[in-house]
Amino acid sequence: MPDFTGAGADNMRLAVLSGKGGTGKTLLAVNLAAIAKNTTYIDCDVEEPNGHLFFKPQDVQEQAVTVKIPQVDKERCNGCRKCVEFCNFNALAYPKEKLIVFEEICHSCGGCILVCPEKVLTEKEKIIGQVQKGTSEQVTVYTGILNPGEPSGVPIIKRLFALNKPKTDQKTIIDCPPGSSCIVMESIKDADYCILVAEPTLFGVHNLNMVYELVKLFEKPFGVVLNKCLEEENPAEKFCEDKDITILGRIPFDHELGILNSNAEVAVRSSAKYRAIFSALLEAVEKEVSHETTAHS
Amino acid sequence: MKQLLILSGKGGTGKTTIASAFIKLAKAKAYADCDVDAPNLHLITGWNTEPQKTDYYGLPVAEIDRELCIACDQCRQNCRFEAILVEEEYKVDPFACEGCGVCAYVCPVEAVTMVPAVAGDLMLYTDGENVFSTAQLKMGSGTSGLLVTEVKKQMRAATVDSKLAIIDGSPGIGCPVIASLSGVDMVLVVAEPSVSGISDLERIINTAAKFGIRTAVCINKFDTNMEKTEAIERFCQDHGLPCIGRIPFDPEAVTAINNGQTIVDLHCASGKAAQEVYAKTMELLFAEEVG
Repeated sequence: MPDFTGAGADNMRLAVLSGKGGTGKTLLAVNLAAIAKNTTYIDCDVEEPNGHLFFKPQDVQEQAVTVKIPQVDKERCNGCRKCVEFCNFNALAYPKEKLIVFEEICHSCGGCILVCPEKVLTEKEKIIGQVQKGTSEQVTVYTGILNPGEPSGVPIIKRLFALNKPKTDQKTIIDCPPGSSCIVMESIKDADYCILVAEPTLFGVHNLNMVYELVKLFEKPFGVVLNKCLEEENPAEKFCEDKDITILGRIPFDHELGILNSNAEVAVRSSAKYRAIFSALLEAVEKEVSHETTAHS
Repeated sequence: MKQLLILSGKGGTGKTTIASAFIKLAKAKAYADCDVDAPNLHLITGWNTEPQKTDYYGLPVAEIDRELCIACDQCRQNCRFEAILVEEEYKVDPFACEGCGVCAYVCPVEAVTMVPAVAGDLMLYTDGENVFSTAQLKMGSGTSGLLVTEVKKQMRAATVDSKLAIIDGSPGIGCPVIASLSGVDMVLVVAEPSVSGISDLERIINTAAKFGIRTAVCINKFDTNMEKTEAIERFCQDHGLPCIGRIPFDPEAVTAINNGQTIVDLHCASGKAAQEVYAKTMELLFAEEVG
């Protein structure tokens, strides 16, 4: 077992991201959380949350996440259309003697409520998904789940982090959504260190470059884990060498790991071989984080 | 023009690999990449001309004039997105700002203006006959749904004459996916045989169903977990969804992609299976709809 004595290693917040989907974010995040023990795992991929399928958490508590949506008192609305003109998202329309609210495109900014001169608009709470908290051995598992048909998971991610203030004695592993848009940004906001997972394909490298730009933009310290490594030349590895990016470790392309993963088993809990691989990865990350903390204090 | 959208829910199941194979097989004259967050289709569609680039303006971003600001705090109190930062002076976090305009509305001294902001690049490849529409969203931007709509609009506007359009979608079920669903005739979901893959498949099927769009499923890398492949086929049967083919895991697929080729450019097992899935997809897409 690695020794967690480095500065900042006890309560570091690690975000795992990749740009491209299916490169192994959840594989890495779940196994790092499981091997580190006494950790918090947060699944921010609220559109397709999968971490809980691996952890199968117990004693799950649920909480609905709501957003505020305007509703109109039709009797008193005089059809002035001030709200329709104000709404930059085109979530309101007044086609025929009646105000219509398009709930799916409303951003809950509250502007319409402010501009209504008759004060006939009020807000109601609309459920867009939920957050769950449970435990799996020594891991506290937080999951955000967006309901199908809802456009934005950002309020769910905000809730996940509001429930999970940084603790002084626990590591947190954040499993991010794919891409590099607002929802990924929201997920890495409070991270101390970012782990980029890359696969050895042309697509993998192109998307690695995008998240590389993202973490640089947000001035986050980061390193790369190369997943699905084969004997052949690895374009993702070459990318890291060219850009002088720290390679934290390599996960081999391996049929056994593929089967464990596709059956949603936590690899480090079922095989000594993977315990060794992920322990080494965790150790490499800790070293980097300690180094970063020392360098910046 | 019939529009086919390729989705997956889970990322990395092979959307772009399948889309590029279909484009090749159909000799498609109109196609688009709606994964504006992480576009890859341009890497293997063989265009060697430069695209026409247009700035994509998302929603405007608030800006505070520090000369006019009286630090009354109204903007911060009314902003629902925590986009007003109070340091030495009042400032807007451009990444958090969603462009609603509430701060400008409540400011008593008109210190806030809404400034147009470039949120990405819209790109169009065309040779007068074939059209490929794609885009790249700017880092951290929040208007991917609108950009997806623009990509599709651009494709339709540039298309001269085509019976078929193939659209590569994005992972997930959120705004870019919802925007890509509007107006398409059919969705093909590329599923992956794993516990995660099945969970994500169900979520994307539910999302497509909410918008009432016909959906078929194919299974990629089916031989990596036979038990889960069979579970997907049972799931499709139970939900009345056509499950129109299995594509094997194929190391040659990676070779093809890494050489900028599609899987049907090589004589490989995955390419052959993709041809069969393509034929069945076209049959469904062009079948007379009942009723």
